[in-house]
Amino acid sequence: MALDVHIAHPLRAFDLDVGLSVPSETLALVGPSGAGKTSVLRAIAGLLRPKVGRVALDDEIWMDTDAGVDLAPERRRVGVVFQEYALFPHLSVRGNVSFGGRAQVDELLERFRISALADARPVELSGGERQRVAVARALARDPGVLLLDEPLSALDAFTRAHVRGELRELLRTLGLPTIVVTHDFEDATALADRVGVLVEGRILQLATPSDLIAAPADAFVASFTGANLLRGVAGPGPSGLTEVALDAGFTAYTVDEGNGSVAVAVYPWEVAIAHDAPDDSAVNHVRAPIASLVPLGNRVRVRIGPITAEVTAQSVERLGLEEGDVVVASFKATGARLLPAP
Amino acid sequence: MRSRLFEAALWLSATAVITFLLLPIVAIFTRVPLGDLVHQLSSDVVRDALRVTVKTNVVALAFVLLLGTPTAYLIATRSFPGRALVLTLIELPLVLPPAVAGIGLLAAFGRSGLLGDELSFLGVSISFTQIAVMLAVAFVAGPFYVRPAIAAFESVDPTLLSAARTLGAGPGRTFFRVALPLAAGGLGAGAALAFARGLGEFGATIMFAGSLQGVTQTLSLAIYREFDLDFDSALAISALLVLVSGVLLLSAKLVAGWRSTYTSLIPFARSTSTSG
Repeated sequence: MALDVHIAHPLRAFDLDVGLSVPSETLALVGPSGAGKTSVLRAIAGLLRPKVGRVALDDEIWMDTDAGVDLAPERRRVGVVFQEYALFPHLSVRGNVSFGGRAQVDELLERFRISALADARPVELSGGERQRVAVARALARDPGVLLLDEPLSALDAFTRAHVRGELRELLRTLGLPTIVVTHDFEDATALADRVGVLVEGRILQLATPSDLIAAPADAFVASFTGANLLRGVAGPGPSGLTEVALDAGFTAYTVDEGNGSVAVAVYPWEVAIAHDAPDDSAVNHVRAPIASLVPLGNRVRVRIGPITAEVTAQSVERLGLEEGDVVVASFKATGARLLPAP
Repeated sequence: MRSRLFEAALWLSATAVITFLLLPIVAIFTRVPLGDLVHQLSSDVVRDALRVTVKTNVVALAFVLLLGTPTAYLIATRSFPGRALVLTLIELPLVLPPAVAGIGLLAAFGRSGLLGDELSFLGVSISFTQIAVMLAVAFVAGPFYVRPAIAAFESVDPTLLSAARTLGAGPGRTFFRVALPLAAGGLGAGAALAFARGLGEFGATIMFAGSLQGVTQTLSLAIYREFDLDFDSALAISALLVLVSGVLLLSAKLVAGWRSTYTSLIPFARSTSTSG
């Protein structure tokens, strides 16, 4: 099974122009708000008629402007989980799930652990429960494609991590062509096999999460995937390295080649912290006071001057790091990716 | 000191307004004790007027609901050129003098009116019949339903309608199972207001339908007739209409808030329910 999508449609500030082929996998569309992510989902579901385009699930053509085909939303085998879930407020949980099809309602209620809530109205449910009802409802029609619009953004941070894990398992089990729209790169990497970065209506880069991190196409993708972006001016340096005079006031070295105005991308987990400049293979050192320490589970994000490092909580304790301590953040020349300036 | 003066001025104004509004109502009921009401209303004139009023208003309201509901849904959910103009046209009878409405209806459907030849060819005569009363009531009271109905449909989250479509419901099923139940509070409130306005219709009716006892003489028209002949009877009918209007207005407010217990969107806010 594969969903093929090509859509060209003028939006307010730019043109949407997207081509995607989604086999039985989960593809995440990430990007800033207003980039056209939701419009892509709406066009696939038949809620937006693009000016030019084609949407097909295998040999089932849902929309083809050349052939004059445009199936109504109710005739497309698509399950949609809307942003904020769009549950029918006047129907019970059972009424919501059975709206699309009555065949397997009990089974779905059971599977999503909402049987006990069958007679409750959506307003009485918690965020996590609403999310499960929305997914169950979308699956009740036995869709051939699943579209999820920001399925986790309506949840608080605690519920979110839990629901994210559940959703990942579910999507794996279903094995449907699935598109998840999110503005959160962490959600995207957790849920998706491939991630497409959509900016101003175009896909900047489409790759596996690890490839996006290893080789971001540009500064936007790099910052989206969580990298530190340090702007500066690049020129040739010693022993074949490129030397970048950073705007932040120090010099960085990288193995990538470049000239002129650039951005250096460094991932937080590739930055090490020490009290004194270590005598190791890292050639980039930044000495600055610690501006903040933010614990994230068993990790701590440490802000040192212009750089954010991510180290284990254990290291923070061992080094006795506290706000205001002057430390050295170091990263290797091979961990500094050179990108054209944004 | 100043703020107390201001506070006092506010209360004074409000008291004056409330007294002014309440006084005529109180006066009617002082002249007609509730106990006497049933007796006073038992005359032939009143019973005929009651029958004509109920019949014409029920039929007129049925047509307003039947045609007004889909119209309101269309206007609320689509954008098309001239939409603002259509909205204004729908609201026009709200501000149009009823006498003008009566003249207009007569000029359109009367014997020598715009459609007079076509209607007489079909053997239909409308003016000065019960159909004329129904048309006058529908014309004048219709906007009292359609305007809040548009607001009620507009307040239904369009994503819910989209969701219904992706769940396999066609446009018709989406309307009946999602839009209509969610707008029901606002629709009910609008219907009650339109009914109340229709019951009181006078100007357009007397010009277009006349005031024939048992045929076109509604309660409002009967008040006007009895006013010369039997003032007590006119007062009794008035008292009846005050009661009915009050009940309708109250039910409009209750029904408008009725869906809000599980919808965050109140289709038709209570405080604005009388603005049409």
